Amino acid sequence: MSEDKLNQESGPAAGPDRLEDAASARPDAAEGLRALAESMDSAAAAANPLAQDPELVQDFLVEAREHLAQIEACLLEIEQGVHSQETLHAAFRSFHTIKGLAGFLDYTVMQRVAHETETLLDLARNGKLVMRPATVDVVLSAGDYLRTWLNAIEAAAAGRPAQPPPEPDALIARVQAAAEGEPAEPEKAAPQAEAAPPEAAAPAERSGSRGGADAALVKVDTSKLEYLVDMVGELVIAQTMLRHNPEFAQVRSPKLQRDIAHLTRVTGEVQKTAMAMRMVPIGQLFRRMTRLVRDLARKSGKLAELELQGEDVELDRTIVEELHDPLVHMLRNSMDHGLEMPAEREAKGKPAAGRIRLAASHQAGMIVIEIGDDGRGLNRDKIIRKAVERGLIPADAKLGDTEAFHLIFEPGFSTAEQVTDVSGRGVGMDVVRKHINKLRGRIEIVSSSGAGTTFLLKVPLTLAIIDGLIVSVGGERFIVPIFAVREMFKASPEQVFTVEGKGEMVMVRGRLLPLVRLAARLGVAPRSEDPCQGLMIVGESGSRVFCLLVDELAGKQEVVIKSLGPAFRDARGFAGGAILGDGRVGLILDLAAIAGEAGAVLRS
Amino acid sequence: MGVQSAVSKQGRTAEGRQGKYLVFHLGREEFAVAVLKVREIMGLQEITEVPQTPHYVRGVINLRGKVIPVVDLRRKFGMPDGEQTSRTCIIVLQVRRRSGSGDPLLMGVVVDGVSEVLTIQEQEIEDTPSFGEDVRLPYILGMAKVKGRVKILLDIDEVMTAQELGGLELLPLGEEAPAEA
Repeated sequence: MSEDKLNQESGPAAGPDRLEDAASARPDAAEGLRALAESMDSAAAAANPLAQDPELVQDFLVEAREHLAQIEACLLEIEQGVHSQETLHAAFRSFHTIKGLAGFLDYTVMQRVAHETETLLDLARNGKLVMRPATVDVVLSAGDYLRTWLNAIEAAAAGRPAQPPPEPDALIARVQAAAEGEPAEPEKAAPQAEAAPPEAAAPAERSGSRGGADAALVKVDTSKLEYLVDMVGELVIAQTMLRHNPEFAQVRSPKLQRDIAHLTRVTGEVQKTAMAMRMVPIGQLFRRMTRLVRDLARKSGKLAELELQGEDVELDRTIVEELHDPLVHMLRNSMDHGLEMPAEREAKGKPAAGRIRLAASHQAGMIVIEIGDDGRGLNRDKIIRKAVERGLIPADAKLGDTEAFHLIFEPGFSTAEQVTDVSGRGVGMDVVRKHINKLRGRIEIVSSSGAGTTFLLKVPLTLAIIDGLIVSVGGERFIVPIFAVREMFKASPEQVFTVEGKGEMVMVRGRLLPLVRLAARLGVAPRSEDPCQGLMIVGESGSRVFCLLVDELAGKQEVVIKSLGPAFRDARGFAGGAILGDGRVGLILDLAAIAGEAGAVLRS
Repeated sequence: MGVQSAVSKQGRTAEGRQGKYLVFHLGREEFAVAVLKVREIMGLQEITEVPQTPHYVRGVINLRGKVIPVVDLRRKFGMPDGEQTSRTCIIVLQVRRRSGSGDPLLMGVVVDGVSEVLTIQEQEIEDTPSFGEDVRLPYILGMAKVKGRVKILLDIDEVMTAQELGGLELLPLGEEAPAEA
């Protein structure tokens, strides 16, 4: 990090004549970038000092990626035939910008590819070329090719070994062929354009408004945003402390009371706004999936329509990023295992094209993401047979639907008869579960044989805030995340047992759960050693359930999670810290670490 | 990485050591840290203990919305706990990460009191005297003699990142015999 910073600081000083100095001051990045440039057919970038300025290169990467995303969105619109002239213009402009940027940094290969594609799109927007699906394919692969370049440049800039992308000649030949191979048929194209004006008008407006929204956006450094959120948190605490000051309560002035009430309201608004600034709509992520579904359908010979819903639903940026991989795996799963081939579908009386549904909605403070297909559904018997074969469950196990379906998340589990390059290795769903657990989310599966499968991913709105129970143990207060709490109760003496070889157990609703004394785990002195004097919290972490004994419940609060930093990397048992209502720090318990090996295996 | 370690080595040479220092004391001894390392000085506030951490770690505090660790310098140096007075305070320092990269960490240290900011000249600084072949004191930049008193110049990065402070027992800490290290 500071290496980067160092590099950036020395960046502006790197004039052409000081190239050697500058390069030696930031050895990794400059070396990497130069090595990459040298591996290109032209050595121009190797000699261009601009191309070795990490700051410029970073800007280039960000900007070029945005344009590629824009291009992809435009092309998919074009392919569906609902595009307007403006969409073509936008794609053309984006390629043009990339060409300009690449030229500035002397990335000649990128420049050539972008130029050829731009020429093709120019023909299309002038009505001399009809955009067929095959043409769209070519343009998309040109975009992909540029992206591999960006990745290589990024790796080189970070000092990692970069694999130079393959030669562009074959691709350029394809682009040129596509540009020439389909001569314009103005007579044919014209009526089409005339027939479509009502349809074409709507997307034009849409892309217009999209452009407007872009202009109103400001890019802000995340660290600044975090600082703002921190400060707002402090503001709220300061305000609360002022309001609850006993001296203040003695002042009998209606005006003062009114003013304070106003301050409280404003502070609350500011806090809400600050938290909302981290939120982004999920639509962006969904639209990236459009391309995936299209490509998978092409590859497998299946027909699929992707239906998107709830694109405006907002959630934390970090969660959106974390959701990318699970969504990719689940869509691959739906496409490969869920949907049938068109002929098979028609034989079953379903439309040839399968429907994949991707929807987001709010539900009880969580975001629910639905990935549904109308394919063949999960085969319960097959899953159980495979699980028994692999020794995951005993042969005589009686499983409910939920338990059986959840077996597909086991690592290495697959019912596929053969491994394709799309899926079948049993890795994907395991990845999905890991990601969703990391996000403190849950997965639910609804499936009926022959009618399709729907996965429901329930994830929190943000990772930054959790609802916490504040408990006290031996004079210290700790925060227990509510999502891990099943219930709380005061134990009676007949509920607590000491089982030989297993330690203390508590009988809860007919089940024996291991008792974990928090005070003992943390090495503090509890208020009372008698488990019946304290409070029992039934907690779950991962697939384990256990009883946590604390002194008492001190309250409930929504807290902003703060990292304890590397100084406490070795302190096990804590997931972070949080500022409590009185301005002091409370530690958030990491129940998984607290429970350790204790805990009965969860059975729902 | 190479660039950075070169810079920190440079800090050891005589001219690298002169400059402004914040002087504080623990018991009867005076110590000094480079002013550029100091972020702020705050009165002692309630510290949340973190269970199962080394005993010199006092816990964490809320520094305007950030959670930062607080270390008791007396305990870190193996001195007995002192009495808490109105002069006891927390110096918030910027400490280089052990990995040598990344933003510096904010860390608080509890000291008995701060006295002044001194400009210490090169000629006032002496190298750390040798305490024998086996005793290495990487966290001491040198000893400054100002107005007849010795102030120990600390390299706070080294103090905070050093895991073992065994050698510190041999510091001339006055009459107190260190209980533990």
